[in-house]
Amino acid sequence: MNDRPLFEYTLGLADDALVSAQRMGWWISRAPELEEDVAMANIGLDQVGQARSLLTYAGELEGEGRTEDDLAYLRDDREFRNVKLVERPMTDFGVAMARLLMFSTYQLHLYRALSAGSDATLSGIAAKAVKEVAYHVDHATHWVLRLGDGTDESHTRMQAALDAEWPYVDELFGSRAPSLAGRVVDPAELRDPALTDVRRVVGEATLTVPEVPTALGGGRQGLHTEHLGFLLAEMQHLHRSHPGATW
Amino acid sequence: MYGNDFGSDQAADQHVPAPDEQAFAALLADEGRVEPRDDMPGAYRKSLVRQIAQHAHSEIIGMQPEGNWISRAPSLRRKAILMAKVQDEAGHGLYLYAAAETLGVDRADLVDQLHSGRQKYSSIFNYPTLTWADVGAIGWLVDGAAITNQVPLCRCSYGPYARAMVRVCKEESFHQRQGFEILHTLSHGTSEQKAMAQDAVNRYWWPSLMMFGPPDDDSPNSAQSMAWGIKRFSNDELRQRFVDMTVPQSEALGLTLPDPDLRWNEERAHYEYGAIDFTELFEVIKGNGPCNAERMAHKRRAHAEGAWVREAADAYAAKQARRTESVA
Repeated sequence: MNDRPLFEYTLGLADDALVSAQRMGWWISRAPELEEDVAMANIGLDQVGQARSLLTYAGELEGEGRTEDDLAYLRDDREFRNVKLVERPMTDFGVAMARLLMFSTYQLHLYRALSAGSDATLSGIAAKAVKEVAYHVDHATHWVLRLGDGTDESHTRMQAALDAEWPYVDELFGSRAPSLAGRVVDPAELRDPALTDVRRVVGEATLTVPEVPTALGGGRQGLHTEHLGFLLAEMQHLHRSHPGATW
Repeated sequence: MYGNDFGSDQAADQHVPAPDEQAFAALLADEGRVEPRDDMPGAYRKSLVRQIAQHAHSEIIGMQPEGNWISRAPSLRRKAILMAKVQDEAGHGLYLYAAAETLGVDRADLVDQLHSGRQKYSSIFNYPTLTWADVGAIGWLVDGAAITNQVPLCRCSYGPYARAMVRVCKEESFHQRQGFEILHTLSHGTSEQKAMAQDAVNRYWWPSLMMFGPPDDDSPNSAQSMAWGIKRFSNDELRQRFVDMTVPQSEALGLTLPDPDLRWNEERAHYEYGAIDFTELFEVIKGNGPCNAERMAHKRRAHAEGAWVREAADAYAAKQARRTESVA
């Protein structure tokens, strides 16, 4: 099988999940509460699972025999197709929850549409993922509400987190390749419903939807922030240090 | 100590009389379970709080050495397994803090005591995870030693602790198998991988034996713990059981254990092992291990950096309660 447009599309979804999981994994042992260590590990695990299924399928679509690990560990940052939102550094819990709200709400709409789509493999992967992501949305929503409508400090920090992440939301809704029309959902069509959901949570949390300019995209074409190189260097170094080894 | 206990303040008030000492003694003699609402001697309660808290703290601090490799796990399958394992350790911490709370203490206070150094955690987690193979060695040896300690705790006289242990042991046994499988894969892989596995086992073998605590003739609290039905076997009995279980597994792995005196004793039907350097254990307990300072700094930093989040959650909950009240 060699289906380049669908390969690129699937790779984009896979890389979003993988890079997000890599950031989420950082929190395990660093979360504000023990319950949150469990929750963030759980969310990260769901995302690794999605990435594995999607990368495996991407490898089949490409038709060159690449496995999930070949794709995860042996590509350089210019070959990654994730959006910039998920690769940005994440050391503040407010940022983590702002980003999870935006990303998981997008994923929920995306996976829902894909699960009803015509590609049987993507539909199967999405049908499983949609249940996981519904929980991620729920979790992020609750934290954005608590932090937005908690203390003065948490309100300020949550607003700052939203302001910092909001410029990167737009890239989630970039159009798919025209040749995929009728085969997979176009993320551009998800912009209004997904952002309506996010805005509702932001309002309920007594926060303001940021009015900030959109950041330059490019992630889907392999043009990333400087942060991705470090993330991949850490993720890939052991695998690459032992070419051909089995783990 | 990850289910074993050899602290120092246990003897202090072991003679505080229970409200009904005879009934308590009879319950223990009968192998009955003590439940949270039952009368129990103050010293029994205090000893259990310390042991369960120390066990919970060990699960939590134990997340760090393995968490160290989540970002670098060499395959996505290994990454997923490791994340699930470290998540399990957090879950074990939660059950154990909950078990301690049935004795009338508060989790937040126990965590404060960990942060201030008044309560300890297992010294094994003060050793660094230098290579990927250390994740395997921790699973195989450290979790293997933990299971050896914890399986008898499933019959501990205190009901909530015993029941928590049943679930914890099931998960730990899975962890031990995954550690074995990591090492098995490495020892059957490239020469570099096999060397990595052997090096990890060399470094973790002796600290794992020390997880069982000092020798029996130097373990002053063990007798009381055994009389209370908390501890069922002595430190040396458990250590021997672990060695006997582990040596054949090392042969199956194709790895050696770093003890020239290790040999099968036909007469005793046990493996003999060399002298353990307990001065190292006591140095690590005192705070002079390779990672004591880092582990505590990491834990305190995460707690401090999360304070605003916990405060916000409390404030939000209070607001919600007021809103519900005003609606009602």
